[in-house]
Amino acid sequence: MRPENAMPQTDTMDGNTAVAHVAYRVNEVCAIYPITPSSTMAELADEWSARGLTNIWGNIPIIQEMQSEGGAAGAVHGALQSGALTTTFTASQGLLLMLPNMFKIAGELTATVFHVAARALATQALSIFGDHSDVMAARTTGFALLSSASVQEAHDTALNAQASTLESRVPFLHFFDGFRTSHEVNKLILLSDAQIRAMVRQDLVRAHRDRALNPEHAFIRGTAHNPDTYFQARETVNPYYARVPAIVQANMDRFAALTGRAYKLFEYEGPPDAERVIVVMGSGAETARETAAFLRRSGERVGVLQVRLYRPFSAGHFLAALPDSCRAIAVLEQTKEPGSLGEPLYLDVVTTLAQAMASGKRAAMPRAIGGRYGLGSKNFNPAQAKAVFDELKRPHPKHGFTVGIEDDVSGTSLEVDPNFSIERDDVVRALFYGLGADGTVGANKNSVKIIAEDPAMYAQGYFVYDSHKSGAQTISHLRFGKQPIRSPYLVESANFVACHHESFLDRTDILGLAAEGGTFLLNTPFGPDSIWDHLPRSVQMQILNKNLRFFVIDASKVARDTGMGQRINTVLQTSFFAISGVLPREEAIGRIKHSIEKTYGKKGPDVVRKNFAAVDHTVAHLFEVKVPAAATSTFDRPPIVPANAPQFVREVTARMMCGLGDEIRVSQLPVDGTWPSGTTAFEKRNISDRIAVWEPDLCIQCGQCGFVCPHSVIRSKYFNEDRLDGMADGFRSAPVNSRGNPGVRFSLQVYLEDCTGCGLCVEACPANSPLEPGKKAINLANKAPILERERSNIAFFETLPVNDRARIDFANVRGVQFLEPLFEFPGACAGCGETPYLKLLSQLFGDRLQIANATGCSSIYGGNLPVTPWTKDAAGRGPAWSNSLFEDNAEFGLGFRLAADKHLEVAQALLRKLAPQVGEDLVHAILDAPQERESELRAQRARIVALKQKLLTMHDEAAQDLLSVADHLVRRSVWVVGGDGWAYDIGYGGLDHVLASARDVNVLVLDTEVYSNTGGQASKATPLGAVAKFAAAGKRVARKDLALQAIAYGNVYVAQVAMGANPQHTLLAFREADAYPGPSLILAYSHCIAHGFDLRFGMKQQGLAAASGYWPLFRFNPAMRRIGERPFRLDSPRPTIPLQRYAYNELRYRALVNTDPKAAEALLAQAQQVVTEKYRQYEELASRSGDSFHPAG
Amino acid sequence: MDLTTDYMGLRLRNPLIASASPLNSDIGKLRALEDYGAAAVVLPSIFEEQIVAERREFERRTEEVAASGFAEAQSYFPTYDSYGFEPERYLDIVRRAKEAVGIPVIASLNGITREGWTDYASALEQAGADAIELNIYFIPADLSMTGRDVEQRYLEILRLVKASVAIPVAAKIGPHFSAIGAMARALADEGANALVLFNRFYQPDIDIATLRLSMDLELSRPAEIRLPLLWIAILYGRVPAALAASTGVESADEVFKYLLAGADVVMTTSSLLRHGVSHMKTLLDGLWALLAARDIDSVEEVRGRMSQQRLRDPTAFERANYIQMLQGYRVPDAV
Repeated sequence: MRPENAMPQTDTMDGNTAVAHVAYRVNEVCAIYPITPSSTMAELADEWSARGLTNIWGNIPIIQEMQSEGGAAGAVHGALQSGALTTTFTASQGLLLMLPNMFKIAGELTATVFHVAARALATQALSIFGDHSDVMAARTTGFALLSSASVQEAHDTALNAQASTLESRVPFLHFFDGFRTSHEVNKLILLSDAQIRAMVRQDLVRAHRDRALNPEHAFIRGTAHNPDTYFQARETVNPYYARVPAIVQANMDRFAALTGRAYKLFEYEGPPDAERVIVVMGSGAETARETAAFLRRSGERVGVLQVRLYRPFSAGHFLAALPDSCRAIAVLEQTKEPGSLGEPLYLDVVTTLAQAMASGKRAAMPRAIGGRYGLGSKNFNPAQAKAVFDELKRPHPKHGFTVGIEDDVSGTSLEVDPNFSIERDDVVRALFYGLGADGTVGANKNSVKIIAEDPAMYAQGYFVYDSHKSGAQTISHLRFGKQPIRSPYLVESANFVACHHESFLDRTDILGLAAEGGTFLLNTPFGPDSIWDHLPRSVQMQILNKNLRFFVIDASKVARDTGMGQRINTVLQTSFFAISGVLPREEAIGRIKHSIEKTYGKKGPDVVRKNFAAVDHTVAHLFEVKVPAAATSTFDRPPIVPANAPQFVREVTARMMCGLGDEIRVSQLPVDGTWPSGTTAFEKRNISDRIAVWEPDLCIQCGQCGFVCPHSVIRSKYFNEDRLDGMADGFRSAPVNSRGNPGVRFSLQVYLEDCTGCGLCVEACPANSPLEPGKKAINLANKAPILERERSNIAFFETLPVNDRARIDFANVRGVQFLEPLFEFPGACAGCGETPYLKLLSQLFGDRLQIANATGCSSIYGGNLPVTPWTKDAAGRGPAWSNSLFEDNAEFGLGFRLAADKHLEVAQALLRKLAPQVGEDLVHAILDAPQERESELRAQRARIVALKQKLLTMHDEAAQDLLSVADHLVRRSVWVVGGDGWAYDIGYGGLDHVLASARDVNVLVLDTEVYSNTGGQASKATPLGAVAKFAAAGKRVARKDLALQAIAYGNVYVAQVAMGANPQHTLLAFREADAYPGPSLILAYSHCIAHGFDLRFGMKQQGLAAASGYWPLFRFNPAMRRIGERPFRLDSPRPTIPLQRYAYNELRYRALVNTDPKAAEALLAQAQQVVTEKYRQYEELASRSGDSFHPAG
Repeated sequence: MDLTTDYMGLRLRNPLIASASPLNSDIGKLRALEDYGAAAVVLPSIFEEQIVAERREFERRTEEVAASGFAEAQSYFPTYDSYGFEPERYLDIVRRAKEAVGIPVIASLNGITREGWTDYASALEQAGADAIELNIYFIPADLSMTGRDVEQRYLEILRLVKASVAIPVAAKIGPHFSAIGAMARALADEGANALVLFNRFYQPDIDIATLRLSMDLELSRPAEIRLPLLWIAILYGRVPAALAASTGVESADEVFKYLLAGADVVMTTSSLLRHGVSHMKTLLDGLWALLAARDIDSVEEVRGRMSQQRLRDPTAFERANYIQMLQGYRVPDAV
């Protein structure tokens, strides 16, 4: 444990860390499961445990990852019933999954604290961001709900909650705002272990243990009641709930005596004669308080009442806190309850006031209105708080209002003054625009730490990310000052703005929030004398109008020159300190160097030296620009999307893309979560300067490059050479190299503005130049020189007809390149291992494909706004895609199938019924049509078109009904897609059930062997010996063999594929799965950034996985039995390399070699044994005839 | 029969050393080598690049590449207080090797620059290494670099390493110096306790199908013995450093030849990789048999007998020998 100091120790950290710090110390067991934004708490607990950190009793808590939050809650319940102090961390959907156990835990009066980073619930859309919808859904469980508003408060309340649950026996849900508090970095006073010990009474701990199940003094708990006693028993707990408010307040008082930080159940701040009061929970209270204090300075009688203990709701404490003078109350809520008279807190407040009036405790009834703010982390700022106070002045203030949006549909929104700001002059406010991968966020967190280390200084950092996994823009909002910073909203007016990539100036209004007289730092290759003419005119105007000081630095060059490579963060961090004036320059540089020593000291003296050199060079290469008197540029920011984009894209999507989504009105958005397909095509992110370039003369037209491209930027077409007539020379093509096609040309077009430069295509290309070493038929090259040429080439390429699917050979990789991808330009990581499979799915079956997508990476790059990659062909056909939840995806997809089967049955019956009118020939042709080959499907489509035409001329009910289901007469390909976290863990029960259903559902598991989307936590697919979050000491159990489990059913088509090992095999498996009339399961090896290697070699690594026998390729096809063939085919040869040669290319394996070499050695040996034995088992399966498997049924 | 040998002050039970190879990172194999008679082992080389670069690579993976700046995932790996890196692992191998075997354990340090890694030598010493073999593996591809520059670099690195340890340091060098003799002497003067002759340089081949360099390592063959044999014979008794022969040892014949030329110890890797660690016993038995057949009681008696110093005609190792060889060459009939 940390040595205890007499002096209070300060630190800077985010809310998650602040809470985990306490929770870890006061528990013996943590059952965990990752979910944003709470995952960090669980990750820290796991890391601390792996590191041997002890709790306040000197033992190391057991950290147990579960298969879902439902599982975590169950394990928590069990551990509690067995007497262990137990906790869990969760949010949103995770909390919903815990509800059943929470009712049980509360019903049994069991002491525990669940720590929740409150987050929106998935409704019309998923949102990973913060609001109180999840917590409000838990308010009937019987848990006490205790809310925190800041990082310090969350740290302190975590302890108060623990003390109170032990004393009251009522379980507590301690919540704080997801992202706004969980991810905000702020300075806080850390609780010492002595203080923590002092708050946790040992007699109560023992009493908790004494209540545990114990065979030594046996009793039973968890009985079933009949109508005679259930009701009465339910009422037994009332006295316990009645005592909770007093217990919590007493603990808060005890805490205040220990630490000097005082809290109240209902904290009122304002004058005793306030007339208008905002009632609010969570971080919004801080904003409202700051605003009220500001308004009071101009004489307004306003106050804020912050609710901390929401359940049990203590009317007495509430009334005592609310000044009698209050005439109008606005209850602000970060949740929505459609159809209710008001949101929950409002109803509690109104009920409290009404009861007080009725009982004579209050003389007058204040006017009370309720309203919503901040849903899904919508920024709640002082202007909005002021708008609420202003509304309370009105004679008839609006109830059920919204603030922070423009609701032009229901008219709920309040008018907000966009110019109202209360940013203080004594606070330095800084904005940094960076890229996710450039280290800007990390450097800024470090700056916050550096500044906050000064006892006289306070600092706050909050970081906004866009939704892309590659090339994502980050905006860091930093504040520094001499007073504690309690402004949990985005910086509104920045006196320092840094743009870390010049290209941002073209798509974002970087200086929109720059304050008058502020400082602007631009990272650019242009020097102080030449930069001005390269700025868009509007940027020049802003610099002039706002009278900004303007500095430039070529951070990339300084980084290169000092051996820092691509790492520009130290350079830009130093620049900030050098010119922002937040600390004296010399002192700041001294502190940066001290911090570098602390951070990199262990990494060797040369790393420190290089960083020092970068710091020193920065100062010498940082130049102030002499700003000219007038704007001179004749160019400005280009339009975000082309003028010919659809109206919705121009008016809605484009605004979201350039960071103006907050301005979109309610009426502009779809009412039911339905969005247009194919909007990534308008994005043109240009995230890589190096892009793929095709060499027609070397190309053998094999299609490998397009096959592996994760971003669908490589397209192939063949066409008649006369199409080239009149085309400029710049368009590249070659004679098609298949026989019997004279006059036909082949072209491969790279969509270079969408290319991420991952290099997978280059590695996949088998064609080497015979003369130029290293040159292939596709290579990475600089984009700038060919950008304009290729833009016009793409325009021409798009005029070439899409090749006729009926004439393409689907059976080989070469043919597939001519199939139009209906999944394009996803914002996935550059070099993603999952997306090539999805693109293939869309190419093969896209126009009749329906996808149920589990929450995870594939639902984020597949469905996170502003733009989405699933698209459609010229006829408007394409994948119909939806995401329900994480845990229910297989069932969701099965539902698709059930509906399709039912509607097919209805359509067939109606067809038969209408045969005399429609025509017997057509009806029989439709009913009897084979639909395996593309030509057959195409013929069936033509029949359905003819059928519809006939039906449109008929006016009876049956014809109209048939029209509504006729689309199902074309065989629909239903696919259930998700990652291993879904398939192996949280959705496993459902998946198992769906596989056992005998329905024609195809399951594609994008198996990265880890929870990729939430940051690399171990799943049951994580291999033995690999390190992952939640398996920081290395995974000790081999991955689950899901394939064998599915094969055991006998009637499930099962394939294990790895595109990089054998693309042809992957193609074969996809087609067989689609053709197989029962359930199919494909496990697709997907390399991932969480494996820790250069993804350019992803496909090669897949090859090694197969070559080592770790990932054998196979297919189990029950249909083979009917033709007397063996159903299990082992498609990859016996291992040719040891496991180590594959595994140790990846950090996930090597990390353990670094941290615990002995364990790594032992686990590798075990893992090799598993591989060898598995392969033997598969060989044995491959030798079996069909009779020796479970019957297909 | 007395096979005991002194090598840089290390008392060895015979002159056979298992030189640096991947075999020697396996503690089980080290034990077997000891059982099969190896007098000392050189652990596989720890490369300067590993010392400096692995940490950087690790940082890049965990911080830069993995921290993609996505709201849900700000990292993809657990953070630890300290990651052990290749150097720490290597120190662990040194410690474990020392615990596992009684014969001297020589750590091998391979580098080419002046800074950032030489202090690692003292860590090796602290981990228990009995000596350090400094493998200066440097290809002067910079055409502005003169022979003198190259020599200075070798000497400087040696000086830095010597300054940081008290245990003996052997310098393993290649044969590509204008004046190997002078270089050998300079190294000895700079404090090299032994010279290991020679290391085998990376000599890439070209794959004509892909136009790529192929980098597979070829094991040494007995025919390659001649160059080190020549220089050991020349240097024997003339430089104040022990001489270790390395390259081309396949059978006891080569061991015997090297001893005759003047080697204090003879090292082998290729034959062990080719035939397994038990081949060490074959070599030892073979040496014993060769000595026994000649009624020789100790290796001391044979050491340097065929060195330039001991030969009646010392020029045999020089130009005259070459002329004689060329003139005496009989062109095969078939040519």
